[in-house]
Amino acid sequence: MPETLIPALKELEEAFLRSKKDKEFQGELSYLQKTYIGRPTPLYFAKRFTEYLGGAKVYLKREDLAHTGAHKINNALAQALLAKKMGKKRVIAETGAGQHGVATATGAALFGLKCEIYMGTEDMQRQALNVFRMRLLGAKVTEVPVGSKTLKDAINEALRDWTTNVHTTHYVLGTVFGPHPFPVMVRDFQSIIGKETRRQILDGEGRLPDYLVACVGGGSNAIGLFYEFLDEDIHMIGVEAGGRGIETGEHAARFAGGSIGVFQGCKTYLLQDEDGNVLGTHSVSAGLDYAAIGPEHPYLKDKGRINYTYATDDEALSAFELLSNTEGIIPALESAHALAEVVKLAPKLSQEKIIIVNLSGRGDKDVQHVAKIKGIEL
Amino acid sequence: MTSGIEKAFKKLKKENKKAFIPYIMAGDPSLEKTRDIVLMFEECGADIVELGVPFTDPIADGPTIQRASERALKAGVTLKKVIAFVKELRKSTQIPIVLMTYYNPVFKYGEEIFIKDAKDAGVDGVIVPDLPPDEGEEFIQQSMKAGLSAIFLLAPTSTVGRIKKVVKASKGFIYYVTITGVTGAALLLDSSIETLVSEIRKYTDKPIAVGFGVSTPEEASAVAKVSDGVIVGSAIVRRLHESPDELRNYLISLREAINGLV
Repeated sequence: MPETLIPALKELEEAFLRSKKDKEFQGELSYLQKTYIGRPTPLYFAKRFTEYLGGAKVYLKREDLAHTGAHKINNALAQALLAKKMGKKRVIAETGAGQHGVATATGAALFGLKCEIYMGTEDMQRQALNVFRMRLLGAKVTEVPVGSKTLKDAINEALRDWTTNVHTTHYVLGTVFGPHPFPVMVRDFQSIIGKETRRQILDGEGRLPDYLVACVGGGSNAIGLFYEFLDEDIHMIGVEAGGRGIETGEHAARFAGGSIGVFQGCKTYLLQDEDGNVLGTHSVSAGLDYAAIGPEHPYLKDKGRINYTYATDDEALSAFELLSNTEGIIPALESAHALAEVVKLAPKLSQEKIIIVNLSGRGDKDVQHVAKIKGIEL
Repeated sequence: MTSGIEKAFKKLKKENKKAFIPYIMAGDPSLEKTRDIVLMFEECGADIVELGVPFTDPIADGPTIQRASERALKAGVTLKKVIAFVKELRKSTQIPIVLMTYYNPVFKYGEEIFIKDAKDAGVDGVIVPDLPPDEGEEFIQQSMKAGLSAIFLLAPTSTVGRIKKVVKASKGFIYYVTITGVTGAALLLDSSIETLVSEIRKYTDKPIAVGFGVSTPEEASAVAKVSDGVIVGSAIVRRLHESPDELRNYLISLREAINGLV
């Protein structure tokens, strides 16, 4: 990280640690989680999806039903509240699929903060609907036309903005990535997903699940679900974006195709060339189209605690349609990667086994893009 | 061991002069061109040359150097090639050379071997703008052992604690970033630069060079008055592409301004 930001990171760490002990902050956050985000989100038994797959019982943690349509709001709202408490007048954020941008713009509107969102040119095209939503919410959306024109370049640009406006601005980083304290703080704000899930599955089934499955871009929805259960005897699977297949080089599967690097403030797995330059990535889903992964994931992988796999664009698209058809739930393309793994996994397991998959977002934002891929004009 | 950079500052001090440190992105648009530019820098009175290493994600750089970086990457330039380039360049010039590279290329190269190769090639110092000294203990120790100057940055946001840490870690000179922002952003010429440079001076005798946003001879002159050296980057890179014929005169005007002749 540039020297200019070091004091700001320290200030943020202190504010975050204070907020954990601050009853007023926690009370306000918990009230908004309930009345504004709509938590707890349901844990839903996907009966027809389960029957279709003919194996383990599949439950969906319905983060798609959170306000703004994805888990991103859990973190964005909390950070926006923190920014307000820190006396910041302006928040900025990067966004890939647009969900974190929408969530940050929402938090900014709620607390009366100025808001600017950075988004790669390519992502603005495939997530046009979310661009318009952010603008409706009063945010300025700034196009990032450099580099690979996707999420990583939006993060670079947000970091440059933060370096420039550090006195007035808080950077609402959207995932468990970047310099300390972001990975810890974002995990903390997302871990409510797992906490609710524990209660809900115990209520419904009287026992904990056998498998947890989540997609992994930066990795915040996965950590949000998994963190609560790390000490339990439960298999955990993170699903990366396999794009057009690992062998084509057009993917965002950091574990399958990357190596250790230091990038945007943390040491982690990175898709890079032999000279340490960051490679372009590809995924049908903008939210997973990213060259690096939150640093806690490699740690948990190396410990053998979480297994990582990937789903290709085609597998994700097919799971996207399958859930829509069997359950009447259109998942986000990101979440469809997790579902694609469930499609492979569930039939191999007996009917007594329980899988919980994090349905991290809803697919309304992707409908236009999927139509385009299928060659359908809307 | 006195490094080339330290020698240069010592000589300047004796002559009561300030350092002129121009920047160029290596390989923008080709390494042959970069060689000509470095020699032109020397002819126009540069004391130290800062040589950028292209990287895909230059978070401390503004649009001008981002584009230069993209052009150099397109030309196939890598950290390895820049080191080989310096080795070749040493046949033509002995001007002190400082590399400015982001950390991941160094990490991928291997810190220890990078430091050895750079030193062997004739590199005098290294600036890694995304590596604060707190995270660079190995890097600092190994650079020191090899006699390569590791140069760290301070910014307007730096606290006294940060200043103490950075001046202790820095060799050759301390790079003071004039603005909260990225390279090439607009400079605000007020008393704050002088105030902060004098604050840093309380904690060190090492030279303090000032950069980020210095563009006109007037700005260079004002900054030179309160520091030990002036770094000019984006404004040079821009001229190299937009009006290359004016580059030589521009460099001379900067040199004169830094000498107090404007």
